[in-house]
Amino acid sequence: MSDFREYVVFKVNEEYYGIDIKYVENIEKMLPITRVPYTDQYVEGVVNLRGNVIPVIDLRKRFELSREDFDDESRIIIVNFKEYAVGMIADSSSEVLQLDPEDIDPAPSVRGSGGEEFVYEIGKNEGRIIMLIDLQKVLGVENIETQ
Amino acid sequence: MDMSQYLEIFIDESKEHLQHMNQILLDLENTPEDLNLLNEIFRVAHTIKGMAGTMGFTKVANVTHEMENVMHKVRNGEIPVTTHIVDVLFECFDTLEEHINSLESTGQESDLDPVPLVNKLKAILENKQPEASKPEEEAPEVVEEPTAPTASEEGFSLDLTGLENVFMKAKEQALHLQMIKVTLDPGCMLKAARAFIVFNTLEQFGEVIKSHPTAEEIEDEKFESSFEILFVSNMDKDSIQHEILNISEVADVQVNDVEREDLGEVVEELAPAEDAPAPDVAPVATPSRPEPAPVVRKAKKADSAQDQAKQKERAKQSKTVRVDIDRLDNLMNLVSELIIIKTRLEDHDTADNRQNMNEAIEYLERITTSLHDAVMKVRMVPVERTFNRFPRMVRDLSKDLGKNIKLIMSGEETEVDRTVIDEIGDPLIHLIRNSIDHGIESPEVREQRGKAEQGTVALRAYPDGNTVVIEVEDDGGGIIPDKILKIALDKQLVTDREVEMMSDHDIINLLFKPGFSTAEEITDLSGRGVGLDVVKSKIESLNGTVEVSSEEEKGSKFTIRLPLTLAIIQALMVNLAEEKYALPLNNIKEITTIEKKAISMVQNQEVVLYRNKTLPILRLGNLLDVKQTAEDKEEMIVVIVRKGEQEAGLVVDSLIGQQEIVIKSLGKYLTGVKIIAGATILGNGSVALIVDPNQLL
Repeated sequence: MSDFREYVVFKVNEEYYGIDIKYVENIEKMLPITRVPYTDQYVEGVVNLRGNVIPVIDLRKRFELSREDFDDESRIIIVNFKEYAVGMIADSSSEVLQLDPEDIDPAPSVRGSGGEEFVYEIGKNEGRIIMLIDLQKVLGVENIETQ
Repeated sequence: MDMSQYLEIFIDESKEHLQHMNQILLDLENTPEDLNLLNEIFRVAHTIKGMAGTMGFTKVANVTHEMENVMHKVRNGEIPVTTHIVDVLFECFDTLEEHINSLESTGQESDLDPVPLVNKLKAILENKQPEASKPEEEAPEVVEEPTAPTASEEGFSLDLTGLENVFMKAKEQALHLQMIKVTLDPGCMLKAARAFIVFNTLEQFGEVIKSHPTAEEIEDEKFESSFEILFVSNMDKDSIQHEILNISEVADVQVNDVEREDLGEVVEELAPAEDAPAPDVAPVATPSRPEPAPVVRKAKKADSAQDQAKQKERAKQSKTVRVDIDRLDNLMNLVSELIIIKTRLEDHDTADNRQNMNEAIEYLERITTSLHDAVMKVRMVPVERTFNRFPRMVRDLSKDLGKNIKLIMSGEETEVDRTVIDEIGDPLIHLIRNSIDHGIESPEVREQRGKAEQGTVALRAYPDGNTVVIEVEDDGGGIIPDKILKIALDKQLVTDREVEMMSDHDIINLLFKPGFSTAEEITDLSGRGVGLDVVKSKIESLNGTVEVSSEEEKGSKFTIRLPLTLAIIQALMVNLAEEKYALPLNNIKEITTIEKKAISMVQNQEVVLYRNKTLPILRLGNLLDVKQTAEDKEEMIVVIVRKGEQEAGLVVDSLIGQQEIVIKSLGKYLTGVKIIAGATILGNGSVALIVDPNQLL
C-alpha cells in the first residue's frame, strides 16, 4: 500500500493529466490576471493570491493547443516546485487519485500533438489514461540546475 | 553548564571586538608608538581570550593568549613595534575571524591550525626577549583561568594624591586608613555583583573613600579580577581581612595600613600601572554580558536574587538592541498589509462620502505613515558596517601590488536599509579593487605624470533626497574611451553603427556590459570572469543605479545611487488602455502635456523640443506591448522621467494619481523581466506592474 502515489488529476483539452500531489499547494478558481510583458508566450501573467504575487502559466498555450476562453470550470493549480511558486491554468480539475505503481508505465517516446513532450509517465485508472507531467519541463526551468 | 545559550552572545561580541581590533591595527600601522592603541589591542585580545576560554574554544584562546603576551612586552617597550609584528597581528586577526565565522556557521572552531601562528608569536617573544619564558609556561593554564589578573599583582595602583586631608582627619579621630586589595575567584560569574557585596560589607564598618577602578566602572564590570579600595574605619587589618574573606568567591585579600609617606610614594609608582584598565579609553570591556564560568558554586544560589537585580539594572543601561531581521521583516509585512487596507478604504470612500469616514481614513493614514517611518528607522544601519572592512583591504591590496594608496572615507554614519548593507558589500569591494588594480598607477607612472606618489581612493556616502549615494573615486589613470571601444568592438559587444551614435560617456558605461573585462594582465584580483556587469546587476536588484564618469589621467568616479527604502514607495499610477501601471515617483521629474504636432522624428526616434532641450518621447504602451485601441490624441500626457542626467518623456493614456505602493517581487519564476521592477497589489485586489524607468533610459 505504501507504494501508492497520489496525484492531482486535471483536464486540459479533454485529456487527463496528473501532477504528484507533493508539489501542489492548492487549487484556485480563476482570479483576475495581470499581463506581464517580455515573458514567454505561455506565461499568462500574475495573480494576487492572498497578498502574494504569483506568476500563472496557461497549460493550453504551453501544450500548444487551441485557445479557449476561461470559464467557471477553469482552475489555477498552484504548484511549488523547487521554490518556484507558479499557477497553472487547467480546463478543470477532477480529483486526487491514488495510483498503484503497477499501473504506471513510462511514457512512449513518440512525440504526438498536445502535451506529450511534457509527459514522463502514463498512469492507468479505470480505463482512463492519465498523463503524468514533468513539472521541470512544463515550467521551463530545466536549465536551472545545470547552471 | 550548557554553554550553547551563550554561543550567540559570544559570536556577536567577538565580532564587535574583532572589528574594533581591525580598526586599532590599522591605526597602529600609522602610529606605531601610540601606547593607547597597544593597550587597546592587549585589552581586546584579553577579553576575547577570557570569553573563548570560558566557552572552551581553545584555539581562539591560545592565539589570543600569545597575542596578549606579545602585546604585553610591546607596550612595556621591551619589543619595538615593527611591520613584522603588525603583519603577524593582522594574521592573528584573520585567524580569529575565521574561527569566529566558523563558529557562527557550524558551531565549531575552524580546522585552521593555530600552532604555526602561535609559534610565530612565540618567535617574536623569543628573538627579542630570550629570557621571556614565563608567559609560555602559563600557556597551558589559559583555559582554566580566563580572567587572570594582568595588572601587576603586588603593587597597589590606587591613586592617593590629594588625600592628605583625609589622612589627617582619620588620624585625628584615631581611625585606621587602609588600602584593601580584593582579588576575586577567577571563576566568579558576576564580578560586579560580588564587588558590590564587598563594598556593602565594608560600608557596615566604615567608609569607602576611594576605589580603583572607580565604583561606576566596577559596577559595569570594567575590571579584571581584582580591585582596590581605600577604606576608613576603626577596624584593624585582620578583622577586615576576615570579613571580606567570608564573602564567597573572594580569592585573596590584602590589607595595608596607609602611612603618611605612602601618600607621596604611591603616586609615583602609579604611572606605569595605571595603563592597564585605563578608564578613559573606549569601553571595549564587557558592558552587559552574563559571564558564564566553568564552575558554578553553590554560594551563587544564595545571592542569585541580588545578582539578578543587578543584572536587570545593567540591562537597562544598554542603549542598543540587536533585533532579529526576520522579526523586522514580519513587522514590515504587517505594515504593508495595513497600507493595502488603507488603499482599499480610500476606494470605498469615493462611493460613500461621509465626514467620519474621511476622518477615519486620515487617521489610518497617519498611523500607517508613522508606523512605516518607525519600522524603516529600525531597519536602518550606518554604512560604517560595510565600510570598516575596506581600510584593511586597501592596505593589503596596495601592499600586494606595490602601490602606495590612501583610502579616504567619509559619511560612514549615513544610514541605509539593512538589506542594502548586506548586499552592497561585494559590489563595493569590486569597485574599490578595480580602482586599486586598474585605476591607480604604479608609483613610477605617477611620478612621470607629476602626481603625488601616494594614490588616493575616496569612498563617500551621503543621503540625497530619497536616495543614498555612495561614490568610489580614485585619482588614477582614468578610463580611456578608445581603449574601452576597442575591447567592446573586439568582443562584439557593440556594432560599428552603434558606436557612431555614442558619446564618451556612453562608451565608458560600456564597462558595465556583460562579458567585459579591461584587465590587460590577469592578476589575482581581477580577470576571473566577473566584471562590472555583476556590480550593475546587483545594484539594480536593489533598485539602485550605478554610473561611471572619468577623466583621462585624472581619475574616475563610480556613483552608486540606492533607494532609502526598498519595500514601500510613492508611485504615480497611470492608465495604458485597460491596464494600470505604477511609476516610481522618485524617477519622475514632472508631468506635462505635449501637442502631437510638436513631435518630430530624429533618427527613428520621436523627440520634442521641451524647455529648449530635446526630449526623447517613448510610447510606454508600445514598450509594454499594450493593445492600443484609441488613436493618438491631439494633446498627449507625458510623464518626464530621469536617471542621472538623462531624461525621457513617457506617453501615457491617463493619470490616476499618486499612491503609496508596496513592492512585491514577481517571484523567482519571472526574474529579470525587462522594464518591470515588480508588482503591487491595488486596493481592489488586482495586481499592477511597476515600471522601472531606469531600464527605459
